[in-house]
Amino acid sequence: MSVAEQPSGNVGKVMRRKEDPPLITGKGRYVDDITLPGMLWASFVRSPEAHATITSIDTSAAAAREGITAVFTGADMTDVPAPLPMAWAPPGVQVNNPEHWALAKDAVKHVGDPVAVVIGEDRYAVQDAVEDVFVDYEPLPVVVDPEQAIAGEPFVHDSLGTNRVHEWSLAGGDVEAGFAEADVVVERRVVNHRIAGAPIECRGVIAEYRPGQLTLYSATQVPHFVRLFMALLLGIGEDRVRVIAPDVGGGFGQKLQVYGEELVACWASRRLGVPVKWTETRSENMSVAHQGRDQISRVRMGAKRDGTITAFHVKILADFGAYNMILTPLIPSLGAFVMGGCYKIPNVQTDIVGVFTNKCPTDAIRGAGRPEATQMIEVTLDQVAHELDMDPVEIRRRNFIPAEDFPAATATGVVYDSGNYDGTLDKLLEHVDVPAFRAEQEKLRSEGVYRGLGFCTWTEICGLAPSRVTGPAGVGVQAGLWESAMIRVHNTGAVTVYTGTSPHGQGLDTAFAQIVADKLGVDPAVVEVVHGDTAIGPEGRNTYGSRSLATGGEAVCKATDKVVEKVKQIVAAELEAAPEDIEVAGGKFSVKGSPDKGMALADVAGVAYIGAVPEGMEPGLEETNFYDPENFVFPFGAHACIVDVDAETGKVKVLRYVAVDDCGNPVNPLLIDGQIHGGVVHGIGQALYERVHYDADGQLVTGTFVDYALATAAELPNFETDRTITPSPVNSMGVKGVGEAGTIAASAAVTNAVIDALRPLGVDYINMPLTPMRVWEAINEGSAAS
Amino acid sequence: MSTVPVRLNVNGVKHTLEVEPRLLLVHALRDKLALTGTHVGCDTSNCGACTVHLNGEAVKSCTMLAVQADGEEVTTIEGLGTEDDLHPVQEAFWNNHGLQCGYCTPGMIMAGAALLAENPDPSETEVRHALEGNLCRCTGYHNIVKSILDAAGRSSSEVSA
Ligand code: FES
Ligand code: FES
Repeated sequence: MSVAEQPSGNVGKVMRRKEDPPLITGKGRYVDDITLPGMLWASFVRSPEAHATITSIDTSAAAAREGITAVFTGADMTDVPAPLPMAWAPPGVQVNNPEHWALAKDAVKHVGDPVAVVIGEDRYAVQDAVEDVFVDYEPLPVVVDPEQAIAGEPFVHDSLGTNRVHEWSLAGGDVEAGFAEADVVVERRVVNHRIAGAPIECRGVIAEYRPGQLTLYSATQVPHFVRLFMALLLGIGEDRVRVIAPDVGGGFGQKLQVYGEELVACWASRRLGVPVKWTETRSENMSVAHQGRDQISRVRMGAKRDGTITAFHVKILADFGAYNMILTPLIPSLGAFVMGGCYKIPNVQTDIVGVFTNKCPTDAIRGAGRPEATQMIEVTLDQVAHELDMDPVEIRRRNFIPAEDFPAATATGVVYDSGNYDGTLDKLLEHVDVPAFRAEQEKLRSEGVYRGLGFCTWTEICGLAPSRVTGPAGVGVQAGLWESAMIRVHNTGAVTVYTGTSPHGQGLDTAFAQIVADKLGVDPAVVEVVHGDTAIGPEGRNTYGSRSLATGGEAVCKATDKVVEKVKQIVAAELEAAPEDIEVAGGKFSVKGSPDKGMALADVAGVAYIGAVPEGMEPGLEETNFYDPENFVFPFGAHACIVDVDAETGKVKVLRYVAVDDCGNPVNPLLIDGQIHGGVVHGIGQALYERVHYDADGQLVTGTFVDYALATAAELPNFETDRTITPSPVNSMGVKGVGEAGTIAASAAVTNAVIDALRPLGVDYINMPLTPMRVWEAINEGSAAS
Repeated sequence: MSTVPVRLNVNGVKHTLEVEPRLLLVHALRDKLALTGTHVGCDTSNCGACTVHLNGEAVKSCTMLAVQADGEEVTTIEGLGTEDDLHPVQEAFWNNHGLQCGYCTPGMIMAGAALLAENPDPSETEVRHALEGNLCRCTGYHNIVKSILDAAGRSSSEVSA
C-alpha cells in the first residue's frame, strides 16, 4: 500500500517530534547529566606508546593524593577471567583473536590503550592524579601501514606470529571468465581512509553496584548487548544487571560496542561499593573509541564496449587496528553482500584480508562496509565509462537490475527485496539538467573555473536481521538479530510502546507513535515510546544497521495487531457483533457501517482491566511480539553532487547536492530527510575533510577537533532531497532503513564530481580525502592515478 | 585545593559559589548548579555545545573560568525559554526538525538566539557563518539553518526543502 492511499492516518505525515520538548529546553538527560549519591569519578591512565611492554606501574603517588580513593591496574582485575568479547564466529573461517583486556596486562598495542584507572572524588582530581601514575614502557617496533603489516614483522601480537586476522571471500559466477569476455578492464587502487564516528557526545558511564544488583548507565546504542557481556564478564546473573541508555548524543556505530571502560566502571563499583562515573574526553574519544573504514582495495571491473559490465573483482585489505572489537572482522563482509551494487553483474568476487596494526581498533561506523563497497563500485564504474567514452548516466542505465526482475537474486545469491533504479535516476534528472550543466561546465572551463558533476546510484543491505542469515549458522554473528515490542494499553486508554530498539536521535518515539496511533485509533500524543532500559520491556537487539524501523517498527506493528485483535473481540462482545465486522475509524472501534455506535480505546481498556472480558479471555490489554524477518531490506537511491575545484589551491566546494532516495513507504518524511541530510554530510565529510591520521611511529596526529576536521555549516550547501516509493515486500509496512543511506552514497558522488572537474587538468583518478593538499598535488602531478 | 568565592547571576538567580580557581564555567553550571542543559563536546573550544550567553553575548563556557564570570549575568538554555513559553528559536528548532540526538542543540539554540539578537534578519550565509563554531554530527546543519531563518521570520520556502 502506498502512502497516497492513506490520507487519513498519521503514518506518512510530517509530524514534529515527540522527543524534542526536553531536548530544546535543556532538560535532556545524558549520562554526564546524572549524579548518584556517593558517586566517585574515574579517569584512565592511557599509553602514550603505540607498542610497548609494560615493565612497571607505580601507582603510589597517585593513590596518595588528596581525594583519590583507589588506583587499579589490570593485575587487580583477576576476578574478571575473560577478555573483552568479539562476537563473530563465521562457520569455517579462522579468525585470529588475541586477548583484549579492559586494562592492559603486560603490553600496550596502540596509543590510548588503557593501563590503569584512577578513582576519586571529583572530575578534576582524578585527571590530576592520572599524571602521577608512573608507567615504564619498553618500546617495541611499531607497524602502522596495513600493507607493511600484512607483509610480515613486526607483529602487533607476537604470539600469533602474523598480523593477518582472517581471510573471507564471497563469489558468484566466474570473474576470470567475465574478464575474458570484457573489451575493457579497469583496475584501480581504492583507498578508503580511516574516519572517526565523532558523536558530539563522547562516551560515558555510571556504574552502581549494590549487593546483588548492578545498574549501568551508558551512552550506548546497544544496552542489551552490554548487559549480556557485563553479566558474563563479571559473573553476575543477567537478571541482576540493568543497563540504561538514557538520552544518547549520537552514536554512528561508535556506540555499537561493548567497551572496556564500561566493564572497569562496573568492576570498580563492585569493588568499592559506591557508584563510579567516567566521562570520556574528546581526546580520549578520538584515540580509543573505535574508528571505521581503513581499507585498501585492488578493484577490477571489466565491461563490454556497449558498457555492459562482465566482471567485478575486489580484493580488500582491511586495517582492523590493534584488536578485534565486537564485530570488527565482519564489517568488510557487509560490503561484500552488495558488491554488485544496483547492477546486473554476472560475475562478482570479494576477497577480504583483515590485518592488525598498532592503531585504534576499527568496527562499525555509519554504513559499515557499504560506503566502502559503494565507493569501489561507483567510482570504478565512472572510470570504465570514461574509458569507453560513455556518459556516466548511460552506463548506469545499461547495467541496472530492471524493475521487473525484483525480487532479484544477485550473482552471489543475495536476494534484493525490491527496487526501481531507473525510477530514482529519472527523478534525479528532473532536478539536475545534465545537458545544461555540461554546456555551463564547458564555458566555465574556458574561464578557468573547474566545475564537476558526479553521480552515485546505489543500493545497500540493511534492516539487520534475519537471524537465520546473520546468526551463528549463517554469517556468524553470535546473536539472533530479531526485534521485539510490547504494547501496553493503560486503564485510561493511554498507550506505552516498549521497543527493543535503542534510538539515539533517529526520532523513533515519533515514528512508532504514528504507527501505533493509526492502528489503535488514538492521537500519537497519547502514545509513549519507552526504550533503552533493559529492566523495562522485553529483551531487545537495539539500534544499528538501519534496522530500527524495518525490524523494530514491524515488531511494534505486530504487537499492536495482537492488541487490536483482542480489542475487536471485546468490542464485538459489547456491541453484540462479530469481531471481523469491527473496524477502527474516527478514533473508535465500531461495527462496519454504523460508525456512530462504537467504543473508544479508553472504553475498551476499561472493560479489559475491570475484567469484564468475554468468557475464556485473559483480562488486561498488553501484547508482545518478537519479529524476525525473512530477509534484509535494500534501500536505494540516486545522488548527484556538483563541485567547484579551485585549481590554484586545490580547494573543493560543494555547490549542490541532490539526493533522491527510496526507503519504501515513508512513516514520517521529516525524519527521513533529516537522516539523509546528516548521512550525506558524514559522506561529504569523509570525501573532503575527515581523516584519522597516525604518523609512522603510531602517534595519533588527529587527536582533537582541531586536527580532525568535521564539516561546519559554513562549508556546506542546503541539500535537495526527493524520493520515490517502492515498498519492501519483506514487512507489512513496506518500509526500509534510511539511517546510513546518505553516508553510503555521498563519498562516491563527491569523488566522481571532483574527478569530473579535474579531468581537463589531466587528473583521471584520485583517492579520498580530497583535501586541498591532495587535490593540489594531483593537479600538479597531472594525475594521481594509482 | 583552595577555593575562591564567585558570584554568578544565572538565569536571573543569584548564586555565590566556592570554587577552585581553575573551575571552568561550564562545570560550575553543570556540576555546582545542576544546569546540565549546557553540554561539553570537546576539549579544544571547537564544538560549541557549551555555548551560553554572558551579558547577552554568546560565549563558549568551556573557554572561561567560573571566576572570570564573577559578577556577570549568564543565561543558559534553561533560562532561554520553558516548555510552556518557548523562545522563538527553540520553537523553530522543534518545528523544523532542527535536532536529532539533541546534544549540540542547546549550544546551537544559544548561538542562534545570540545571532538574531544582534542581526534580526540574517541571510542564509550569515547564519551559516555564525554557526561556524558549533558542530553537529546528526543534522548536516540543513534543518538547523532552516530553523534559525524561520525564527527570524524568514519563510522557510526561502530555504530549499
Ligand atoms: S565544549 Fe566548549 S567548545 Fe566544545
Ligand atoms: S543533533 Fe546530534 S549533534 Fe546535533
